[in-house]
Amino acid sequence: MSDETLKTTPLNAAHIAAGGRMVSFAGYSMPVQYKDGVLKEHLWTRENAGLFDVSHMGQARLRGVSPLSAFEEITPGDFIGLKPGKQRYSVLLNKKGGIIDDLMAARPDDDGLFVVVNGACKDNDFKIIDNELAGQVRIERLENRALMALQGPKAAEVLAAHAPQAAKMVFMDSASFEAFGTDVIVSRSGYTGEDGYEISVPADQAERVWNLLLSDERVRPIGLGARDSLRLEAGLPLYGHDVDDSVSPIEADLAFAVSKKRRDARDFPGATRIAKELAEGVTRKRVGLTVLQGAPAREGAEIADEAGTVIGVVTSGGFSPSLGKPIAMGFVPPALAVVGTKLNVIVRGKPQAAEVTAMPFVPHRYIRKL
Amino acid sequence: MRFTKDHEWVSLEGDVATIGITAYAADQLGDVVFVETPEPGKTVKAGDGLAVVESVKAASDVYAPISGEVVEGNTALGDAPETVNDQPEKAGWFAKIKVADSAEYEALMDRAAYEDFLGTL
Repeated sequence: MSDETLKTTPLNAAHIAAGGRMVSFAGYSMPVQYKDGVLKEHLWTRENAGLFDVSHMGQARLRGVSPLSAFEEITPGDFIGLKPGKQRYSVLLNKKGGIIDDLMAARPDDDGLFVVVNGACKDNDFKIIDNELAGQVRIERLENRALMALQGPKAAEVLAAHAPQAAKMVFMDSASFEAFGTDVIVSRSGYTGEDGYEISVPADQAERVWNLLLSDERVRPIGLGARDSLRLEAGLPLYGHDVDDSVSPIEADLAFAVSKKRRDARDFPGATRIAKELAEGVTRKRVGLTVLQGAPAREGAEIADEAGTVIGVVTSGGFSPSLGKPIAMGFVPPALAVVGTKLNVIVRGKPQAAEVTAMPFVPHRYIRKL
Repeated sequence: MRFTKDHEWVSLEGDVATIGITAYAADQLGDVVFVETPEPGKTVKAGDGLAVVESVKAASDVYAPISGEVVEGNTALGDAPETVNDQPEKAGWFAKIKVADSAEYEALMDRAAYEDFLGTL
């Protein structure tokens, strides 16, 4: 894709002014890093507060007579049971039980369901929602809104200065209110494993809000490079890499996204496969791997058992700045998915010792109660 | 010192060439977290993979700018890969090669030509 066809977010000028190194991502020109570089940005987020532009992601409102029950037709989550002020992680499923995308859906207010989907998938996702739920929900894409994430142990103190309401929220709470002199939709969640918030603001207010947050010395801008290494340490899958439309939530170790009620009802796309996998097990499972020696094992690297037989593949991997060693995620047969299992990752033709490791690699620090 | 369009540098003393990546390349890569250097005795042709350098983001090949036999890999980078960022054109060298044909060295860009080349990127 040539640069001319890349879209830009409302924060594009701010990224360039801050020395962002811009790359193509999900059809957008996005900062992979700023002047500090990936390693420092990563560690800054773990210790202070990092500010991320995630405006490439798709935001929409689903409205209708009962958008919550309608949304259950294309996801395995308990959305009828989603209380006002709450957000839920879920997946869009195809008829074979494969994951079309993963997403957040929330009730920040009385205005239907607020959903946030992956940037690279958003056009397809919203078309599917529109088609599958035609006559039940009206979808409004919020293309006039930016989305930023403030993540890290100091995120709460920083945001409280601008939005006292945010301090009263806990992990996976969602709310809309006035802050920064504009209307915001805030959730206490993120993609780093840290405490933090995702903040949706009108596009024409984005740069002002971004700069206000950055005027706090505890906050630095963080690029996509560190976003990836942070989510990897947090054990969170990346759609299109760790998960695609052939992978079920059970294989992806996302069984928590298939609610108890829906498991019993078996009333979602691919329910037959997913019920079978829950009852009889899967043939492959997403696991964490620590590479015990040698180079980082990256996406596409084969995973072999100790006898040298290839049994799986790395779906994302890299160097963990927090742990100071390479880590990865990949798919292996369940018999070899047990924590502590010794495996090999094949990097540039050479086997390197690796070990199945519990995820998250770095403990989550979500604030679940005040 | 001579340079390639792949951003390697070569410094020749007698018939032994020291090879590394330029400050520009090190900056583009970002924080180097892993380096794989060649074993002595390995023979390489100009353009062959000589070493691998990995940043947090990605793995990149370092190509042999000239042909010859590896006499030493910079094993110190194993414990201190950040040296590639800190001193790319000095202590961050990757390998020393016994040069087969010094004409290959002469054919590479000098610093002025390399800087002109950087200006076109």
